[in-house]
Amino acid sequence: MLSGIYSLLTAGLFVTLDAVDVAFTEAAVGGGISTVLLLGTLALTGADSKPRRGRWRVALPVVLITGGALIYGTFDMPRFGDPNAPIHRHVVPRYIDDSLQETGLPNIVTSVLASYRGYDTMGEVTVIFTAGIGVMLLLGTATRRRRRPQPAETRPAAREPVEAEAAKPELAREEGA
Amino acid sequence: MKRHIVLRVIAKLLIPPILLFALYVQFHGDFGPGGGFQAGVIFGAGFILYALIYGVENAQRVAPPGVVRVLVALGVLIFAGVGVVDLILGGNYLDYNVMAADPVAGQHIGIIAVELGVGITVAAVMMTIFFAFAGRER
Repeated sequence: MLSGIYSLLTAGLFVTLDAVDVAFTEAAVGGGISTVLLLGTLALTGADSKPRRGRWRVALPVVLITGGALIYGTFDMPRFGDPNAPIHRHVVPRYIDDSLQETGLPNIVTSVLASYRGYDTMGEVTVIFTAGIGVMLLLGTATRRRRRPQPAETRPAAREPVEAEAAKPELAREEGA
Repeated sequence: MKRHIVLRVIAKLLIPPILLFALYVQFHGDFGPGGGFQAGVIFGAGFILYALIYGVENAQRVAPPGVVRVLVALGVLIFAGVGVVDLILGGNYLDYNVMAADPVAGQHIGIIAVELGVGITVAAVMMTIFFAFAGRER
């Protein structure tokens, strides 16, 4: 729930930063799909975790040191909106000046993503593809599940427990949602 | 969710505009904000909303898992295929300039095709992941 609200707020933040494309993605993925997936996982697994004592003694220093190092790293970054920052001086002027003539697209983000950085985008699509394949392999797909109840239908005695079991998670999910 | 009539009616009203907006983001992405990834995510979210309200079984009747699984691979194939077409036409891999007589027109064709591939894969993967989570009844 909190992560969904956080994502929606972040999407609003991106809109005010004029990054509408990122805001779209954040609102749909962060606010919508991943919240739904989290709730679905909670409905499958239950909300309680096994309590573990003493782990924080290791975890807390690791988190503090990593966070401190990251914050120290930000001191070297150029000031927010600095026009002389390296990122604004390398290829960005060419994208802004020439992309309209070279690709004919008024939206520079699209021309950079799809044309200038086409390899990167193809890699990203392959990553998403691989993620989908991974989830399919780990969690199984719907066709395999549907095949399972079929032998139960030929034996009426075995049918009822299957249905009773199948009804339970349905209830759990309605509560979770 | 069968008893929640407000949710069902509102979802029925909302889903067509969501899908239409996804298509708009997809095919208008070269002029306005958006593109394949955003469109795919919005399209997938529309289907997930439908599946949440009306049940996974009904959603899978609209988008059969077998078809969705083919679409997952099809999007990547479209993207990579555009690159191969460019190679055949005598350019570099993913160099859209050779796709039409005019380099700018070629860029336009290439970008639209590539974004379509991105959108198809993203939407299909989002649906697949959701179905995989929601389909684990036991």
